[in-house]
Amino acid sequence: MTDSIIFAGFGGQGLLFAGKLIAYGGMIEGKEVSWIPSYGPEMRGGTANCSVRISDMPVSSPVVSNPDYLIVMNSPSYTKFINSVRPGGKVFIDSSMIDEKCSRTDIDCFYIPATELAHDNGVDGMANIVLCGKLLRETGVIKTESVENALNKIIPESRKALIESNLKAIQIGMDI
Amino acid sequence: MTAERVLMKGNEALAEAAIRAGCKCYFGYPITPQTEIAAFMAKNMPKRGGTFLQAESEIAAINMVLGAASAGVRAMTSSSSPGISLKSEGISYIAASDLPCVIINVQRGGPGLGGIQPAQADYWQAVKSGGHGDFHILVFAPNSVQEMADMVVKAFEKADQYRIPAMILSDGMLGQMMEPVVFPEISDKMPEKPWATNGHGNKRKHNIINTLFLQPDELEASVSARSKKYETIVENEQDAEFYLTDDADIVVTAYGAVSRICREAVDEARKNGIKAGLLRPKVLWPFPVKDYQKIVPTAKSILCAELSTGQMIDDVKLAVNCSVPVEFYGRTGGNLPSADEIIKKLAEINDSLS
Repeated sequence: MTDSIIFAGFGGQGLLFAGKLIAYGGMIEGKEVSWIPSYGPEMRGGTANCSVRISDMPVSSPVVSNPDYLIVMNSPSYTKFINSVRPGGKVFIDSSMIDEKCSRTDIDCFYIPATELAHDNGVDGMANIVLCGKLLRETGVIKTESVENALNKIIPESRKALIESNLKAIQIGMDI
Repeated sequence: MTAERVLMKGNEALAEAAIRAGCKCYFGYPITPQTEIAAFMAKNMPKRGGTFLQAESEIAAINMVLGAASAGVRAMTSSSSPGISLKSEGISYIAASDLPCVIINVQRGGPGLGGIQPAQADYWQAVKSGGHGDFHILVFAPNSVQEMADMVVKAFEKADQYRIPAMILSDGMLGQMMEPVVFPEISDKMPEKPWATNGHGNKRKHNIINTLFLQPDELEASVSARSKKYETIVENEQDAEFYLTDDADIVVTAYGAVSRICREAVDEARKNGIKAGLLRPKVLWPFPVKDYQKIVPTAKSILCAELSTGQMIDDVKLAVNCSVPVEFYGRTGGNLPSADEIIKKLAEINDSLS
């Protein structure tokens, strides 16, 4: 069983961090994981993205062409990746940033005003993590506690206060 | 208790493993996509008893490696493709001095300044000797973050064992991607280096490291002795990984980043009834000829995949004595092939076999 996820948006929205967080959580669960930042022509058009694989088996290729899940936070990335999602896949769309509505009927799309929700709840700039919360809720790709453990590993001692706000952002996403 | 797995970029894992392997001197000059190696070294070497020095150029850096290696210190430099070209002169001098050192090439697209995305276009440069004169360097080809760590350790050990420069021929994908890595426990006991030009308080005769031989017979003797050493290395250091090759009609062969994509393609092709396998060289010089010979009796076709217009394919053809047809698939410019592209090529070859 391998889950492939693409995290895509503008540089600065924290997509690379979100991908690392989920990959780290998978590793803590003893799974095989890979994380690879945007490469080749995908870097054009103002998008920053990363691909994550989480698997029970060694990961063959870290390069994801057809993700099972997509977290997307801007229009250019939406346009680029929406048709690459595998049939049966799930897409988590920051509807504060993206106006488009998906016409595909073979995938599930979740429209979450993540940027607004983060702002309104005092966790500005954590829309990426709000969307991760929704991803956890809808896919169970990793356990919530693994994300918590991952946050403890990734965030340096000097910035421990950030863990609380990240956990709050996760919870906002889970509760939608 | 098992060692902890940590999620790290390939470049960082390599740098950490190099420090653990006893690398005491790192000299470099910035270039993408090897940046994280230099950054990691800058941060960690001073804290852990080592020296990080950003040289004024790649040429200076490789000559500093020559100096440190002469003194018997485990020394390393890293760069990406255009920077390795600049280091070529120094690599030739280090090889001619029979000095051990480790050189990292996190390959990017070329020629010229090229691009900053992954490529494998420096294969010829690495294995056919990147510099003037009759010499070889050991060339290791990792294909995972774990191997980025493991192979740099091995590179230091083998470099010392044979007194030869060793290169890790990586690429932008392996350098930038993150995977779990477990760092090996390494003995801090370093091999004796009685040839080193270090201080000794007049207890022995002075050692001299020199590459200039104006008498033809002296130079020939030096070149011949080195050539003998290479024969031993060719005999002992070939290494490759086999995946589903036993019954494979088509053996895909690829190293580094592309081998990962090819492994996925092989799995998918098998689901479609195509008997495919993967032969992955882990060492590029000496080229694992003995391993390629093993597939000759059963393979009907070989598909060589590279991020170049075809470089390793020359060695593959030589390794199988052209007794099996060798097809090619390559991408350049920093593009990676998708598994689907490889599968399509495999399907074409499979159709032509029946």
